[in-house]
Amino acid sequence: MDILLQQIVNGLVQGSVYALVALGYTMVYGILGLINFAHGEVVMVGAMVALTMTQLLAASGLPPLVILLIALMTSAGVCMALGYGIERIAYRPLRNAPRLAPLITAIGVSIVLQNLAMMFWGREYHAFPALLPHSTHMLAGAVINDVQIIIVLVALAVMACLLLLVHRTRLGRAMRAVAENPSAAALMGVNINGVISVTFMLGSALAAVAGIMVSANYGIVHYYMGAILGLKAFTAAVLGGIGNLRGAMLGGLLLGLIESLGAGYIGDLSGGFFGSNYQDVFAFFVLIIVLIFRPSGLMGERVAERA
Amino acid sequence: MTAANNVLLDLSGVGKRFGGLAALSDVSLHIRRGEIYGLIGPNGAGKTTLFNVVTGLYQMDDGQFTFDGIAYDRCKPHVLAQAGIARTFQNIRLFANMSALENVMVGRHLRTRAGIWGALTRNAGARAEERAIVKRARDLLHYVGIASPHQTLAKHLSYGEQRRLEIARALATDPKLLALDEPAAGMNATETESLKALLQTIRASGVTVLLIEHDVKLILGLCDRVAVLDYGRKIAEGVPEEVRRNPAVIAAYLGGEAA
Amino acid sequence: MRNVPDSLLRHDKRHAWIAFAALAIMLLALPFATDALLGRGWVRIVDFALLYIMLALGLNIVVGYAGLLDLGYIAFFAVGAYCYALLGSPQFGLHWPFWIVLPLGALLACVFGVLLGAPTLKLRGDYLAIVTLGFGEIIRIFLNNLNAPVNITNGPQGISMIDPVRIGGFSLGSTHELFGLTFPSVHLYYYLFLCVTLLVIFVSLRLEDSRIGRAWMAIREDEVAAEAMGINTRNIKLLAFAMGATFGGAAGGLFAGFQGFISPESFGLTESVMIVCMVVLGGMGNIRGVVLGGVLLVLLPEALRHGAGPAQHALFGKTLIDPESLRMLLFGLALIVVMLVRPAGLWPSTQRRRELSPDEDVVHQEQDTVYDSSK
Repeated sequence: MDILLQQIVNGLVQGSVYALVALGYTMVYGILGLINFAHGEVVMVGAMVALTMTQLLAASGLPPLVILLIALMTSAGVCMALGYGIERIAYRPLRNAPRLAPLITAIGVSIVLQNLAMMFWGREYHAFPALLPHSTHMLAGAVINDVQIIIVLVALAVMACLLLLVHRTRLGRAMRAVAENPSAAALMGVNINGVISVTFMLGSALAAVAGIMVSANYGIVHYYMGAILGLKAFTAAVLGGIGNLRGAMLGGLLLGLIESLGAGYIGDLSGGFFGSNYQDVFAFFVLIIVLIFRPSGLMGERVAERA
Repeated sequence: MTAANNVLLDLSGVGKRFGGLAALSDVSLHIRRGEIYGLIGPNGAGKTTLFNVVTGLYQMDDGQFTFDGIAYDRCKPHVLAQAGIARTFQNIRLFANMSALENVMVGRHLRTRAGIWGALTRNAGARAEERAIVKRARDLLHYVGIASPHQTLAKHLSYGEQRRLEIARALATDPKLLALDEPAAGMNATETESLKALLQTIRASGVTVLLIEHDVKLILGLCDRVAVLDYGRKIAEGVPEEVRRNPAVIAAYLGGEAA
Repeated sequence: MRNVPDSLLRHDKRHAWIAFAALAIMLLALPFATDALLGRGWVRIVDFALLYIMLALGLNIVVGYAGLLDLGYIAFFAVGAYCYALLGSPQFGLHWPFWIVLPLGALLACVFGVLLGAPTLKLRGDYLAIVTLGFGEIIRIFLNNLNAPVNITNGPQGISMIDPVRIGGFSLGSTHELFGLTFPSVHLYYYLFLCVTLLVIFVSLRLEDSRIGRAWMAIREDEVAAEAMGINTRNIKLLAFAMGATFGGAAGGLFAGFQGFISPESFGLTESVMIVCMVVLGGMGNIRGVVLGGVLLVLLPEALRHGAGPAQHALFGKTLIDPESLRMLLFGLALIVVMLVRPAGLWPSTQRRRELSPDEDVVHQEQDTVYDSSK
């Protein structure tokens, strides 16, 4: 069954990207209890900035890998600044406001980012240059190319680093403290605002990495790419248990697999009535089903409502 | 049978765990009709947990819960409110952007019936019901002694009045048991004194009162019987004077927080 | 800063009547005045404004009263519109009468609302927002793809030649002579939409000041306390959801009959967000605010479309920003700014205004999370 294997490989690659974006949602949610609705747009900005950098450097004669690194650095920097700015402008003033308020500003931010991107980069699809080797390999009957291998490896590496950061460093401890109880953390001398800003910047840097990975994989960049990607990554975070880093990774990979297998087999299962054009529906069904049956996600803990 | 009829709330062997932590274990107590029953204990003793079990916010893991002769198991708060248990919250939870009057009117929700049809047509029945709701709400605001205009938004009331408004809102549900979570918290001596008078009036009107309080003086001066919780267990129960001399209670308080 | 002079609040009954009469005459004359001054195209825009106001008022019940953020509201509009279109167009050769198809669409939307709401309404607010968003997308994807292998929705091409609204033998799709005046189709739809909008306003006002309305607001303010007061929060929220969906479905049917053509493109996330904007910007929970929000958000983009292009040409000699993205950009900014500066919206409810007295002994509750979990 090499089709099955192929779908699994595709699912894992796609899932790695979801997982990286999901980490951004989950980190912010873990600390603030807030869905950073604009996170998907940060991914898009990351991809767009990287695109511009590669175009600028295309004539420089630098080796492709160096160009890619420079593009990565730049877009991570831009995204971090963006993440910091979003938190300062749209979320921080609303910390004690009703829940709906930051959610609405977040929607506002994502609309603004989308339309700014459309003004800068236009409505059209851009080709993302192939800076990474694209040779393909056969893996037990499935085809996988270098870019896809790199995506999975980079995702794993980034996740490992993040886990180390959160569980083994001073900063990570401060983050966990703020997530647990912000006022107590503040009393213990943790700079809450600082920790929150850093969390947003970290999440945004991950978004930049994810943005470049998506673009490299598909070879296409578009101003609207962040919306659906963000939604799916959020689904992944919820699936794994929002607020839980390992959960986000697991959720991302699972969602990638579900989508890819679902799209591959829905035609057979429904007797040809539904086709792979329903692929995007899976994520939403998964989201609804998870929220109904296990709202705390696969790895989440049940949290009792405070009285 | 007469003894059983005299008991309004009967808890036996109630346990509640959060993860591996036992917040309550094997707590049994019964509250008699018409009494003011106090629940005290050091911080973290499980008072609020027990309170949340009684009002349905938490579901107990073990034990039995009988209220007014009917067993309740895993019931949602609104079912218990329907049964006749009304509560206030330790950190006031009013409907902040609704007026004082509307807050109390919401309390009448479960004793009234008008639905969408009544709201749209405003037929005679719906109008009469609405008038009755308003009248009852105004009466209750006077009853608990809120002097501010009834149109004042709840969030603009003074602290003491917010506490009273919570009591009025709870009374609007026609409770058999009024459960108060630290009603005197943050009050000065005068306010506490008038709260005490209010609670005595409420009891005199036939409503049973369950009271969690830190203010031991208030508890001793007001309650007919008191239970003491420590580490999720009931360590003493009885009339206040007796409980005060109980060595286990003294130890719990001296070992914990001096109250 | 927001103190309103007493004179404004003191309502003189006679003045109120005069204002009411003036408003009525203005509303009745509006299509003719618009037609004469700005042209027929603008009457159409006014009709659309009314449709959007209906939608915003429907969503206001869900978001403004009950505090449930629904980001997929346009799906109910789509359900109503497709129900009307499928039963009243050459697509299946069915031409059911308007007075059956429209209520059916509203009912179907209501059923969808309950189906979506029943399992999800126990979720916390922000989850609900995402789920509804996903639901809206699911509906759109289905509409887009249900053309093969069995053609139901005609896919991205949409359905055309939908029957106009016909009441008895009176079709709103053609010009009529009445009382010595000529009423073109857009004018007739205007009056129909005006009537329906006024009906929706009436219903909203009645609900707002009722036992059910108070229960919705109690849930919006503090769900735990509402439940402790004996409100069956799930059912009451479901009721809000179903009511909102019903209005959305009805508006959808009217839209299909008015336009004569519908396609999945009209029911995207952008449209959902735009309706949320109307409710939020105008003033959540306040009907006048919501109407204002609807009017502004339909008319301003049109004005931009007509004004921004030429203005940019005059200033820079070319079009720097296309009006469509300028419009969306302004929406986004407006959402942010309004939430930060005027969280109650441009036109907060009268009660709030009355309450914005200098009485400042507000008790601040202690916070134990960064974001207040109780709200």
